[in-house]
Amino acid sequence: MKRSSDDRSFRIGTGAFAALVLLIVLGIAFELTRQSALSIAKFGLKFWTTSTWDPVSGDFGALPFIWGTLYSSILALLLATPIALGIAIFISELSPRVLRQPLAYLTELLAAIPSIVYGLWGVFVLVPIVRKLELATPAALKKIPLFNGPPLGVGMLAAALILAVMVIPFTSSVAREILKNVPSTQREAAYALGATRWEAIKVAIGFGKSGIIGAVMLGFGRALGETMAVTMVIGNSPQVSASLFKPQYTMAAVIANEFTEAADELYLHALIEIGLLLFIITVGVNLLSRMLIWSTKRRAVAPTIVTPIVAEEVAA
Amino acid sequence: MKRTLLVALLSVALAACQTNESKTQPGANESGPLAINGAGATFPNPIYSKWFDEYQKSHPDVRINYQPIGSGGGIKQLTAQTVFFGASDGPMTDAQLKGAPAPILHFPTVLGGVVPVYNVPGVKQPLRFSGPVLATIYLGRITKWNHPAIAQLNPGVVLPATDIAVVHRSDGSGTTYIFCDFLSKVSPDFKEKVGVATSVNWPAGVGAKGNEGVSGLVQQTPGAIGYVELIYALQNKISYGPVQNKSGQFITASLDSVTAAAAGVTMPDDFRVSITDPAGADAYPIASFTWMLLYQHPADKARTKAIVDFMKWALADGQKFAPGLGYAPLPQPVVAKEMQALATVQ
Repeated sequence: MKRSSDDRSFRIGTGAFAALVLLIVLGIAFELTRQSALSIAKFGLKFWTTSTWDPVSGDFGALPFIWGTLYSSILALLLATPIALGIAIFISELSPRVLRQPLAYLTELLAAIPSIVYGLWGVFVLVPIVRKLELATPAALKKIPLFNGPPLGVGMLAAALILAVMVIPFTSSVAREILKNVPSTQREAAYALGATRWEAIKVAIGFGKSGIIGAVMLGFGRALGETMAVTMVIGNSPQVSASLFKPQYTMAAVIANEFTEAADELYLHALIEIGLLLFIITVGVNLLSRMLIWSTKRRAVAPTIVTPIVAEEVAA
Repeated sequence: MKRTLLVALLSVALAACQTNESKTQPGANESGPLAINGAGATFPNPIYSKWFDEYQKSHPDVRINYQPIGSGGGIKQLTAQTVFFGASDGPMTDAQLKGAPAPILHFPTVLGGVVPVYNVPGVKQPLRFSGPVLATIYLGRITKWNHPAIAQLNPGVVLPATDIAVVHRSDGSGTTYIFCDFLSKVSPDFKEKVGVATSVNWPAGVGAKGNEGVSGLVQQTPGAIGYVELIYALQNKISYGPVQNKSGQFITASLDSVTAAAAGVTMPDDFRVSITDPAGADAYPIASFTWMLLYQHPADKARTKAIVDFMKWALADGQKFAPGLGYAPLPQPVVAKEMQALATVQ
């Protein structure tokens, strides 16, 4: 009797905590919408598609910030993913035993560095290097929109590079854990079939595919929301441009920059609506990654005849 | 098991209630110092902190807390009456004053200046600027350092054909407000295209966060120009150029030339005045007051008397701390006028 009542209160207690998560998410969405009502009413969907951001005349459009956030995060993802997976594979599959722990520890240490420190490093080390790179770019290349722009150092390229460095430890730590949890029977089976080391690693990666996609998406989410380091190197100029060299702006950066001094109601509401957009985009990205994971899982289940039960366990 | 948990929870809740009750009435607690809370501009935070510190030494019964959350935040919190006084680098607009529940008075406390900083390779002597040239640079229309308009202001200086990299503040800031206020006064084009605010829609250049961000980027980037607070340039020994004032003189910013800017202005009764581009021959043109904001008739009389006493001290004895921290002290006539206005706060 006593045991069952303890069970019940435990269930209710943990259930309440789980409900709290839902309440917080809903509460954030509600509050962001409520506090941006003025701007939503005035600009409507135009807020997503126009690019003027003029606090003096009270004309606000978020397109350059949406563009800058997505562009910098996608670039960072492209740069970081191969490196992060390389680190994860080396540590879990190839590294000598003595190096394994120190390497894992060091990559995790990278994740613990505060973003303002990354930002300072960006300003004093990365930006001058990027400027030299921009100055060394041949004039012919500069005609291509991708490399068109003044040699300032600050800009999209610097932001993408710093984001990539910040994202690598997250993606590689999670991917390493995933690879570590791939049952050794998988690799043994591959070796038994005469696979080379590289082929056996490919089997392990294929087994952990959905988890690795999750690791990459975790890095993407981190890049979307990063504020401090990005605002210090991106140049904070709201423009939609494909150029890596031009200064641009992100959603998180404009909120951090302008919120403290925004006294006008509409201005504040526009800034909070940017927060709402960031929230919506983050939710969208998460849904997308869920779907991606789900679809790879479904495809993976069919050919995995050898150990279907273990596969379910790891994936779940 | 369940009962003990319940009892524990209840007693914690009760304890919390009790501490809450005693905290909600700090005024009733006669033994501690009288706490007065304020919030607002970050620019005057160093001098305000110094003042509150010094003042508490001689008046241990009053403790003033100040949160440097930005001018906009200070105005908002004062309007919402969550703080007793506010502080702002730009005067409140008529609309903001109308939105407040009761009349609010402005009190200038100290003065600050904004200076143009630059990094032009090969140029040793200080470069001279004028309002219209600065406005045209920030509109993105002068793009090379050897442009005739700059050369004309700097005879005898060999200017390179380097591209100008325009740097402005990315965060909302009183510094931007003062700079744009000056440029709007001297250039109708700038006024129409950009305007005056703590954040504006810059037609050119890159944004950097804070004075340190702007000066850092300017120092790193050959061909860059930026603007920072005079106090920041003084403390970090950054060289800056003189700016032509209304009477045609090129004035290098200093505490004296900033105070001179305030001396030449006819002060309105509500103290809401812009002193950029002033008339005096030795006045530096990009300068501004920073203000403390008080309700004229607050409900809490004990705190009202305490803050008025403090203000009287800050405007008289307190001014001597200003130069050491890089702020220009107020001219004497302004102080006299403020003392009269302070008498109406009760």
